[in-house]
Amino acid sequence: MASNQIMFVLFALMIVVFSVLTVTSRKILRAAVYLLFVLVSTSGLYFMLNYQFLAAVQLTLYAGGIVVLIIFSILLTSHISQKFEAPGWKKTVFSALAAVAGAILSIITILDYSFSANMKAVQEVNMKLIGKSLLSVDYDGYVLPFEVISILLLAAMVAAIVVAKKGSPNKPGISTLNQE
Amino acid sequence: MINFSYTIWILLLPFLMFLLLGLAGHRLKPKLSGLIGTGGLGIITLLSYITAYKYFFTSEKVDEAYQKITALNFTWLQFTDKLHIDMGILLDPISVMMIIVVTTVSFMVHIYSLGYMKGEKGFERFFAFLSLFSFSMLGLVLATNIFQMYIFWELVGVSSFLLIGFYYEKPSAVRASKKAFIVTRFADLGFLIGILILSFNTKTFDFITLTNPTGSAITQGGGIAFLGLSVMTWSMIFVFMGGVGKSAMFPFHIWLPDAMEGPTPVSALIHAATMVVAGVYLVARMFPIYAISAPVALHIVAYVGAFSSLFAAIIACTQTDIKRVLAYSTMSQIGYMMLALGVSGYGGHEGLGYMASMFHLFAHAMFKALLFLGAGAIIHAVHSNDMTDMGGLRKYLPITHITFLIACLTIAGIPPLSGFFSKDEILAAAFNSNKVLFAVEYAVAGLTAFYMFRLYFNIFWGKETHYHHEPHEAPFTMTIPLIILAFGSVVTGFIPFNKLVTSDGKMFESEIELAVAIPSVLIGLLGIGIAYIMYRKESTISDRLVARFKYGYKWAYNKFYIDELYLFVTKKIIFRYISEPVAWFDRHVVDATMNSIANVTQNVSFRIRGFQSGQLQKYAFVFISGAIMLAILFIYLWK
Amino acid sequence: MNSGIPLQYFLILATLMFFAGVYGFLTRRNLITILMSVELILNSVNINFLAFNRYLYPHKLEGMFFSIFVIAVAASEAAVAIAIIINIYRRFTTINVEDVNEMKF
Repeated sequence: MASNQIMFVLFALMIVVFSVLTVTSRKILRAAVYLLFVLVSTSGLYFMLNYQFLAAVQLTLYAGGIVVLIIFSILLTSHISQKFEAPGWKKTVFSALAAVAGAILSIITILDYSFSANMKAVQEVNMKLIGKSLLSVDYDGYVLPFEVISILLLAAMVAAIVVAKKGSPNKPGISTLNQE
Repeated sequence: MINFSYTIWILLLPFLMFLLLGLAGHRLKPKLSGLIGTGGLGIITLLSYITAYKYFFTSEKVDEAYQKITALNFTWLQFTDKLHIDMGILLDPISVMMIIVVTTVSFMVHIYSLGYMKGEKGFERFFAFLSLFSFSMLGLVLATNIFQMYIFWELVGVSSFLLIGFYYEKPSAVRASKKAFIVTRFADLGFLIGILILSFNTKTFDFITLTNPTGSAITQGGGIAFLGLSVMTWSMIFVFMGGVGKSAMFPFHIWLPDAMEGPTPVSALIHAATMVVAGVYLVARMFPIYAISAPVALHIVAYVGAFSSLFAAIIACTQTDIKRVLAYSTMSQIGYMMLALGVSGYGGHEGLGYMASMFHLFAHAMFKALLFLGAGAIIHAVHSNDMTDMGGLRKYLPITHITFLIACLTIAGIPPLSGFFSKDEILAAAFNSNKVLFAVEYAVAGLTAFYMFRLYFNIFWGKETHYHHEPHEAPFTMTIPLIILAFGSVVTGFIPFNKLVTSDGKMFESEIELAVAIPSVLIGLLGIGIAYIMYRKESTISDRLVARFKYGYKWAYNKFYIDELYLFVTKKIIFRYISEPVAWFDRHVVDATMNSIANVTQNVSFRIRGFQSGQLQKYAFVFISGAIMLAILFIYLWK
Repeated sequence: MNSGIPLQYFLILATLMFFAGVYGFLTRRNLITILMSVELILNSVNINFLAFNRYLYPHKLEGMFFSIFVIAVAASEAAVAIAIIINIYRRFTTINVEDVNEMKF
């Protein structure tokens, strides 16, 4: 077996196992950590696919940013070793059924379809190319989504601040607006 | 051709008065609204006299017969090519005569009411309703087709209802108005059936077409037979049923005495002079059909009329409420009119009964209105309706006394007052066709004189009653109409009806048959004499007679228990065995079905409510499952 | 480098991750665990895009750029979602999703 196959199997196993564990774990902090492992394995997968920049972004943003954010909010809103009660059996069974049915459907569709590999030249992805594409206004330039994403990030920042602000007695925050 | 289109104002003006006074009356001062109503009536009285003059003296006659002129006609509802309901104004001898009667009496009543109803709470409402009634009655007599007559017939019933129940806070008045409306409505059911049968067979509603003696309606009418009588006869019998109700003939007479709960001017206008003669007018209007195609129906008319007049006369001899005596007197006199129509033939001298009936209608309107208005003046002075509370009033109410006396003499048939001429013609017509009915009517003439003078003597002579406060004569506005109507009663006897209003429009010669006239005057004088003996001074003759004829008196006093009989039938039989099961069915089957539909809807909606549970994961579950199912559907199953 | 691994393996992997996320979304009671499941879903989509890009369109970059934008959007969305969750916690003192059901009949 070639080395990349072994690596693929390893990463795939980690992803699948940890994602299942994330959604079924009873303790919330463990679920967060499992999520972290999933994200790191995904990043490894990206390295395998030769998308180094994206893998780095994944590690930085997801594993470093979002998981930290999640852990902060867990600490803010619940006791750290709080154990969940399992949800009712009806919910589990029906959701499992839906998920399994969907999975089977998708896998059958994937296997049915014959993908023809494209033998064109492989485009090397490096930072210079990425930077140029992001700002180019040519046919395959991405300047518009770039600008839109910038505005979206700005809006998200403002929204997060406003929504989560506690406010002082004279200037109430959003949460107390409709309390009466 | 004379242009009669101005006659639309005879109809429109009272209607406009009704709208004006009804909607804005309470904002005007009472006197002003009274004057507006009276003024409107005055104008249309003038218009009807002008119309009468133009019609009778200047219009063209064909074959020396007065023509039926359609002044206005427009199609209101078109059912088929040939069948349509119109609205219009028809002028012919009887309708022109009727508009004179209606407008004159209504005008007198309006003037009288200015004084009688002064200070009453609903003064403007009263005048509004009087205008409504005038409009309805005029529409009825001027109708060009039988359906229009039916519409106005019902309108007249409504006006009567509103006016009888004028004092709506009095329970007895409310009961009386309901009774009047229900009884006449029930009779109008017969009228409607008659209209339907008639129009189905003759394919028209229009009077001119229907009553044309040479037209298809009459000549082909006697065709299909049902139970031995022709279709025309059946329809005429049903139509007459409506007339029985409206004219208070037996057996639908029960509402008329109770209708005296209304104010006295109302009784004068509606229940003496105009509305109650609507039945007579109906038979007169359809007379060619009755005389030529439905003689059996005409016999029924005669017998009903004769029986009612006798029935009412007997009861009137025992009543003590003066308005009730006058009510039964009205019923009796209308019986005369019906009888006269019933024994009449069609054409020339055969139509003597027809002419006599119309003549008596005209005269009766005058003197009966006079009697009622006089009674109103008496009630106004004494504050009581009962004649046992009265006596010796001739000293206090001179004008009322004289006019009342003139009216009583008229109704008793003493020459040369109008009552003598009209009653004489009726008796002559009866004598020439049916001796039995003549005998009945002859007896009723005597009874009429008796009970009217019993009334007269009890009020104005009789015992010297001590009154709580001195009765005073009625005010000016109330005595003027009395004088005018008394004058009318005297003078109308000399109007030559045989030249103006006859069954076929042609004039015929008629003179007084002394063989009939002299006995009728004699029996009238006999009746007056007996009343004079019994009631002029206080005496015990009447009490002794009552004691002798105990049961007869009791039956007559209680109006022969007809009211109780009807009440028994409706309550014990109709309500229990028909109405209650139907009501049960309605409540438990029909309503239950509706309720169950609503309940089912409510339950289903309660179950479905859960779809909007507010639970995020339920929504997501439905979303995912739906997406998966759609994917299966479109990828694999859609071939 | 990827000659030994057929495309379908990547896709099946992504599918399993996706439906694990769906299961978590439908089952979990804590709002934050639901958020974690949403992150799983987004990541699986990323894997899909990149696999397609590498195998079917190696001369183009669209898959990668799309994934970059997906990551950016996911990050901002997670931030706003956390803010909302904190607000809900302040209002209801619970972040059990079954207790936050006021938008109903």
